[in-house]
Amino acid sequence: MAAATTESGSAPSAPASLGELYALMALIRAFETRVAALYRDGEIPGFVHTSLGQEAVAAGVGAALREDDYIATTHRGHGHCIAKGVDVDGMMGELFAKVTGLCRGKGGSMHVSDPRHGVLCANAIVGASMPLAVGAALASKLRHQGRIAVAYFGEGAVNQGAFHEALNLAAVWDLPVVFVCENNLYAEFSDSRTMTRVPRVAERVKAYGFEGRVVDGNDAEAVHAAARAAAEDCRSGRGPALIEADTYRWHGHYEGDAQPYKPTAESTAWKEQDPLVRAAQLLVERGDASEDELQTVQARSDARVSEAVEHARAADGPALEEAYEHVFVD
Amino acid sequence: MSSSTEVSAATTKYAEALNGGIADALAEDETVVLLGIDVGAGGGIFTVTRGLYDRFGPERVIDTPISEMGYVGAAVGAAMTGLRPIVEIMFMDFVGVCLDPILNQAAKLPYMTAGALQCPVVFRTQTGAGRSAGAQHSQSLEAMFAHIPGLKVVMPATVTDAHDLMVEAVRDPNPVVFVENRRLYGLRGPLGEDPQPLGRARVAREGEDVTVVTWGQMLRECLAAADESSASLEVIDLRSLVPLDMDTVLDSTRRTGRLLVVHEAVQNFGAGAEIAAHVGQELFDELRTPVRRLGTPAVPMPFNPDLERSLLPDATKIAEAAQALRDEG
Repeated sequence: MAAATTESGSAPSAPASLGELYALMALIRAFETRVAALYRDGEIPGFVHTSLGQEAVAAGVGAALREDDYIATTHRGHGHCIAKGVDVDGMMGELFAKVTGLCRGKGGSMHVSDPRHGVLCANAIVGASMPLAVGAALASKLRHQGRIAVAYFGEGAVNQGAFHEALNLAAVWDLPVVFVCENNLYAEFSDSRTMTRVPRVAERVKAYGFEGRVVDGNDAEAVHAAARAAAEDCRSGRGPALIEADTYRWHGHYEGDAQPYKPTAESTAWKEQDPLVRAAQLLVERGDASEDELQTVQARSDARVSEAVEHARAADGPALEEAYEHVFVD
Repeated sequence: MSSSTEVSAATTKYAEALNGGIADALAEDETVVLLGIDVGAGGGIFTVTRGLYDRFGPERVIDTPISEMGYVGAAVGAAMTGLRPIVEIMFMDFVGVCLDPILNQAAKLPYMTAGALQCPVVFRTQTGAGRSAGAQHSQSLEAMFAHIPGLKVVMPATVTDAHDLMVEAVRDPNPVVFVENRRLYGLRGPLGEDPQPLGRARVAREGEDVTVVTWGQMLRECLAAADESSASLEVIDLRSLVPLDMDTVLDSTRRTGRLLVVHEAVQNFGAGAEIAAHVGQELFDELRTPVRRLGTPAVPMPFNPDLERSLLPDATKIAEAAQALRDEG
């Protein structure tokens, strides 16, 4: 995959190009679009939360990380995993609850994990990713591994105690954690601006003794630049860091949520800020890609996802005995 | 296993044995770290971790803010990424502010990832009612943890187990809730030469009339009851609730035909009910009397010493219950 992550041991030396970020976003868009349809059609069980509209955050951050860096993500984590280099077949197999899934069908959309690519876990508990990422960063620091840990979360998580405790710990222990807040304005069904007097998350970070970077979360290059700077801070011992990426969730909190709580004008305005369209316009304006080339990228992404769907459909579910395995490990 | 403590074996205290177990674990494996509130320079509020900070340094013995959700969660994250943390929750009651990393993260991540992730973390905590610590510093919540698939639950009742089970718990690749009893910290006893693995109960006293199953500080009370009682009590120290060594319990109860389960925790919905149900199912035709439980009544622990004493099981109540069982049939 283009510019997802570099080999372990060295940080990405050059920034990813916008074309590379576009390719990542296109793959995430294709994956999420297809997952939403499959869920609607009853092919994927359980709960599914898609990140449509937020692809620039996943791509910009993921492309700034080493393969052995850690991420701990959320219930809305498909894009983060893909941008970290996780195999699309393994992801789709897991969503289909098949034995070919990354967790042999026992985790599901909200619990995707792939330690080989540094993906500790997606998480169904709002805010839980942050203390876990702090622990991963602590392990890296104590073992002098130079790995950083990214905690993804939404602005809906910042009124949880876990946010405040994790930020304080990371700060007081000078840990290499990049806290990445996707501020999509809605905490599940509720306007998060009505849930705090300080809706700007980066403001709240100051209370813990470090600075937050606010970025246009639908601008992949801006996110990527902020993520590279934050990662560099962490790798050079100036961590932790926080990025607040302003973005917007196109679909509901979960698939099936009709979002009666969102003003139409607001949704429309944000959809005009589609991160893929913005990147495509820039690429064409700069002469870095033609419309045809970009359509080819999209078509390739759709084909890759279709292939993953066919593999997942054809795969078996786990044997019933597997229900009893891995409660404890030997 | 010999302890690294230099205290002579016969006079070792339970707290010193724990200290030795933690020290041995830290010395044995450089990925082991200890973290918690006041565990470092302060040596722990019950002196269990005294000296470890000086011996192993601030990167291995880490003082944390009073921030259990943060540092217990961080311990789980560190366990997922190559460390083997021993993380202290100062009083068992305090799990109320940090249950998620235990309940939803450590207990489930190995399963949810089909074994791709492991969580070798020891959640060290302590309980021990009987000294007017009040309702928020006196709870024995082991059954709550035993009810969560994916957690091991260990409760050492003797000096040697305080050391040996700590070493075993740290070596275990699974999350272990390690419950000490502060009423035992001053208990003196020998360190064993032949540590028993985690998950095996121990017959602490052989007897013929009534099998008494217990763990934690109630072991002492049960042994005292065995001394007092005219009935012959076989006392079993369960050592861990998960794994649960039912074979030892069933073997004994098959011989005596009578079972009394004693625990400090609240009786209702406690671990005694689980054990009673197993025995009732397996030995229905061999029991001479119904299985009986003796735990603390279902009330928050009162501050008043007389009220507290009236609620907690003790040797006299245990002896009476055992006698009643023998008299029944």
